[in-house]
Amino acid sequence: MALKGNLRDFSFSQLLNLISLAKKTGMLQVHGPEKDASISFEQGKLSYAQNNAADNGLAAILLRGEKLTDKQYHVIKERANNIGDKELGLMLINSNYVTQEEILNSLKKEFVATANDLFTWEEGIFHFENNLKPPADKISLLINLENIIIEGSRQLKEQERLQDEIPSLDMALKFTDNPGTNIRNVNLSVKEWRVVSFINPKNSMKQNAKTTKLNDLEFRRIVYSLIQAGLVEIVRPEGVAPPAPKIPALPVEDTEEQKSLVNRLITRIRSL
Amino acid sequence: MQTVKMVVTGPFSSGKTQFIQTVSEIDVVATERKISSESERIKETTTVAMDFGRITVDDDLVLYLFGTPGQKRFDFMWEILSEGMLGFVVMVDSSRPETFREARRILETFRAYAPTPYVVAANKQDLEDAWEPEDMRIALRLAPDVKLLPCIATNKEEVKNALLELLYSILERMDS
Repeated sequence: MALKGNLRDFSFSQLLNLISLAKKTGMLQVHGPEKDASISFEQGKLSYAQNNAADNGLAAILLRGEKLTDKQYHVIKERANNIGDKELGLMLINSNYVTQEEILNSLKKEFVATANDLFTWEEGIFHFENNLKPPADKISLLINLENIIIEGSRQLKEQERLQDEIPSLDMALKFTDNPGTNIRNVNLSVKEWRVVSFINPKNSMKQNAKTTKLNDLEFRRIVYSLIQAGLVEIVRPEGVAPPAPKIPALPVEDTEEQKSLVNRLITRIRSL
Repeated sequence: MQTVKMVVTGPFSSGKTQFIQTVSEIDVVATERKISSESERIKETTTVAMDFGRITVDDDLVLYLFGTPGQKRFDFMWEILSEGMLGFVVMVDSSRPETFREARRILETFRAYAPTPYVVAANKQDLEDAWEPEDMRIALRLAPDVKLLPCIATNKEEVKNALLELLYSILERMDS
């Protein structure tokens, strides 16, 4: 049966967690607004990863990992463009261009970077195909997902914390009345200054975020740090307190009578 | 005449009305209106008050099944419906993972309202896009001791099974 959906509703971190816990083997394909990615898993471990925004050949990966020079890369592309990664890898090792360890480390770094990039995708249709292997000529590894998930969880926790602190961007910001604080003396980054310059109780944070062209996470992060620094405060609506828990009232009080009642229900349901 | 109540809840279009209809001896009294919101136009009509079904046990005992409205603007009904319930069933549409977060929220809300036993029904298991129940358990963050039951709400035996498992849980709670 299908394991498919949208990252908007089911995050990449949750997906990796599921794949790791269930020790799945297969390929996760994700189609994002700007690019597509394919991540392969073997028994719940990451075995291969690529996206269509970059050259995924071994030569390109080694170039990005600074194990090959530009010149070496171009020579390889001219003379050995049709050779698969496994064969190319052996050739490079035998020719003393790189060692096996360097190849494996570069691939690991590349695969992990591809996976990490997916944590930032807010939207993307995903589909997991059981038992689908990566292309035969590609070199696969076995990378534990725990560290990748931990990093992703850290990002998620931060997002949740920010969501708690700033639950709605429909609220507005205003500068605090903090005598002695001159915001001009505070060291802020370019992005932080951009946010500060649009602070106005009449504008919602949603409008501010749109104007400053920051994504939800970046904007919340900046606002949170400004709040923590005591420079701004949120104008919030009054919260609604959660309802007090109710104890269910059964029609009979005696425990044996209650059990008898439930057994009668069981008998009746079985007879339907 | 004693009456007992069970509540069937879950996100919009998870199969609550159908679940009750499958076992109720009366036609489910469902107050329906045509859907006006574009985003909810998965089906033509939706429950705007609550579903109401009945199973007569014997001369002295009747079980009522109440279905909560799925749309968020009727959340206030949950407090009313949860009062005095024996237990509840949370329906989840297995083929729509975008509803899983809402299902988790409903679960947490109902657990806060009343500490009564519940089961989760992974409905629409007959659909091609349906997730496997064990994958849904992880996605819904259900503890291992929470009953997650595969379900097709049009199938009487499967609906009976869900109700029976809830009743067994109620008995276990009484014994503990």
